[in-house]
Amino acid sequence: MALEKIIKVTGRGVSVPGDDIDTDRIIPARFMKCVTFDGLGEYVFHDVRKDEEGNLRDHPLNEERYAGASILISGNNFGCGSSREHAPQAIYRAGFRAVIAEGFAEIFFGNSTQLGIPCVCASSDDISKLKSAVEADPQVELSINIEDKVILCGEVSIPCEIREGARSALVNGKWDPIQDLLDGASDVDEVVSGLAYMAVKYGIYICAN
Amino acid sequence: MGKSLFEKVWEAHSVRELPNGQTQLLIGTHLIHEVTSPQAFGMLLELGLPVRFPERTFATVDHIVPTNEMQEPYSDPLAQDMIVELRKNCAENNVTFFDTDTGKQGVIHIVGPEQGITQPGTTIACGDSHTSTHGAFGAIAFGIGTSQVRDVFATQTMALNKLKVRRINVDGQLAPGVYAKDVILHIIRTLGVNGGTGFAYEYAGEVFDSFSMEERMTVCNMSIEGGARVGYVNPDETTFEYLKGRPYAPKSADWDAAVERWKSFASDADCEYDDEVNIRAEDIGPTVTWGINPGQGVFIDQNIPSIEEGATASERASIEEALEHMKLDGGTPIKGVNVDVAFLGSCTNGRLSDLQEVAKYIQGHKVNPSVKAICVPGSQVVATIAMELGLDKIFTEAGFEWRGAGCSMCLAMNPDKLVGDQLCASSSNRNFKGRQGSVTGRTILMSPLMVAAAAITGKVSDAREVFEILEPAAV
Repeated sequence: MALEKIIKVTGRGVSVPGDDIDTDRIIPARFMKCVTFDGLGEYVFHDVRKDEEGNLRDHPLNEERYAGASILISGNNFGCGSSREHAPQAIYRAGFRAVIAEGFAEIFFGNSTQLGIPCVCASSDDISKLKSAVEADPQVELSINIEDKVILCGEVSIPCEIREGARSALVNGKWDPIQDLLDGASDVDEVVSGLAYMAVKYGIYICAN
Repeated sequence: MGKSLFEKVWEAHSVRELPNGQTQLLIGTHLIHEVTSPQAFGMLLELGLPVRFPERTFATVDHIVPTNEMQEPYSDPLAQDMIVELRKNCAENNVTFFDTDTGKQGVIHIVGPEQGITQPGTTIACGDSHTSTHGAFGAIAFGIGTSQVRDVFATQTMALNKLKVRRINVDGQLAPGVYAKDVILHIIRTLGVNGGTGFAYEYAGEVFDSFSMEERMTVCNMSIEGGARVGYVNPDETTFEYLKGRPYAPKSADWDAAVERWKSFASDADCEYDDEVNIRAEDIGPTVTWGINPGQGVFIDQNIPSIEEGATASERASIEEALEHMKLDGGTPIKGVNVDVAFLGSCTNGRLSDLQEVAKYIQGHKVNPSVKAICVPGSQVVATIAMELGLDKIFTEAGFEWRGAGCSMCLAMNPDKLVGDQLCASSSNRNFKGRQGSVTGRTILMSPLMVAAAAITGKVSDAREVFEILEPAAV
C-alpha cells in the first residue's frame, strides 16, 4: 500500500511548555491497560490537563481558543522516557499531526516518524517566537515544510531541522519501513546463516532450573 | 584502526542499506511482554504475516501482574485480558512464554539474562526502553515501539540509524556504601537526561571491570534515562562465568566456540570513540534524586538546589516545576525529607544481589511504622533463590512486605500504587510526575540500601550512617 508523502503539515499550534516532557506525561501508564491503540487519544496529556479530581488545570491544552490545533510546540528532550508507542499514537489520535520542539528523545522520534508524525527541531529563540505568535493569535496558521525544513508562521519564516533519514522517509512516503524490510528477506537469510547463534536451536538446551 | 563492540555487532547484523539511508539491522533476539506486543500481533494478523523466527522470540508477563494476588482471574479485568491475550498470541505463534506457572516469569530484563538468553555479540530488541539492560553482556539492545515490534515479528529486522559511541570510563574504587545505582545516577546527573541522545554508551574502567554482571545491568538499565538508547559493557570473564550453565547458554563443545566468538566482539584497544568521558569513582557519593527526572540528583549530604541555581531561564523553570511537584524547598538538605513508601525492586534493582545486599544490613532493624515498605523480587527465579536463602524472612521480620515477581510500583500498572502525594523512596528508574500511579505521587530514586535506610528511619537517610558502614581505615 502506497503511503502518503508527508511534505508539508499545516495547522494551528498549541504549546506544551517545558523541557523533558516525558512519555508518562504524554500518556500515563494506567491508560495502557489495553490490547489496541483505539481510544488513546482521549487520554493524551491526561494528568497535564486534569488534576486528581478530574478538574481542568490551567494549561493551553485546555483553552478553548486552541481547540482544533494540530501542531504541538514544546521544549527540549520531548518524549523522553519509555519506548511506549502509545505516546505518539495518543498524540495522533487526539488530532495532532506534527511536533515542533527544541529536541526529541531518540525512541519517541523514531516511533513518531514511523507513524508519519514529523518531529522537527527549532532553536529555543524560534520556539519562543512561535509560542508568542500562537498565544497572540491562536488562529495563526503554521506550516511545516518538511522538504525544505522551514516553518512558516503567518508571515514569519523560521528554519527547522529534522534528521535526513526521517526527512526523506516522510517526503518520499517511506515512513513505515515494513515493505522495504520485507523486501530484504533474502539478504536477511544470508546474514542469519553467517551468525552462529542464530543457528542454535535453543529449545534443545532447555533444562530444569 | 580497531573497532568498538558497537561497530562490530552492527556490522555483523547489517542486512542492507534501506532506500531512506537507514540500516536494516538483524535482531537476533526478540523479547516481548504484555503491554507493547498485543497491538503488534494485531498488525501482523492484518498483514497476514507469521512471526518469522518464533524460536528467537521470548515472552513473559511483567508490567500488569499483581504481586500479592496469584490466583486468576485477577481482580483487575483489564490486567486479566492482557495476560490472556499474550498467552493466546504466544500459543498461536509458537513463541516461548515464561508464564506465571513456569517458575521463570518475571521482569523481562531480569528473565532474559538469568535464563542465559542474553548473550554477548548479539542484537536484542524489546518493546521497552529499559532493554538497554542487556548491554551489560556486550549485546546491543534496543528499546523499541510497537510498530517496530511488528517489524521484528515479521522480518526479524528493524530500520535504524547508526549511533555514535561515547566511552564512559569510571576509574578508581567506589567507597563503601556507594553502589552501581549511584554510578549511573551520577553519570546521568553529569551528562544530562538528553546528553546521550544519538549515542550508545560504552561503560568501562576499573569500576566496571570489577563490577558483577548484576551491577553492570543496573548501570546499563538506566542508559535511556541519560538519553542513550543503548548502553553496554565489553564482555569478559565475569560475563562468561555468569552465563555458564544457564538454561539457554551454549553447552559442551558449543560453549568454548561461543566464548571465543564472544571475546572477538569486545572493543579493540586502539579503537576511536566519537566521545570519551572520564569519571573518578572517588567523586561519586550515595546519590538521590530531588526532582522529576533522573538527572535531578544530589549526593545525600548535599542540599536540594534552589531556583536561582538554574543557569538558564528554562533550567530555572524546570527546578521550579520540580520543587513544586515534590513539595520540597530549594536550598535545604535532602537528608531528613519524610518518606511514606519504600519500594525495593524493578528491572534496575530487583535482582538477587540487590536483595542480598539489603538483607545483610537490615537484620535487627525495623521498618518505621509510618512507612509502607515492599520488596518485589524481579523474577520468580530471584524469589525462589531468595527464599531458599531465607531472605524473605529477613525482609518480613524487618517489616517489609514480601511480594511476587513483577514490575510493580516502578510504573504502577498493577495494584501497587502510591496514594495521593505519598513520597516513595524507590530503587526503580524513573521519578517522572505520576510515574508511581498517583498524579501527585512523589518519587526519590536511590540505591536499594538507601531505600532500606529510608524505610527504617522514615526519612531520606544516609545508609552509611544508619547501618554504620565505615570508610576503610587509611593504610
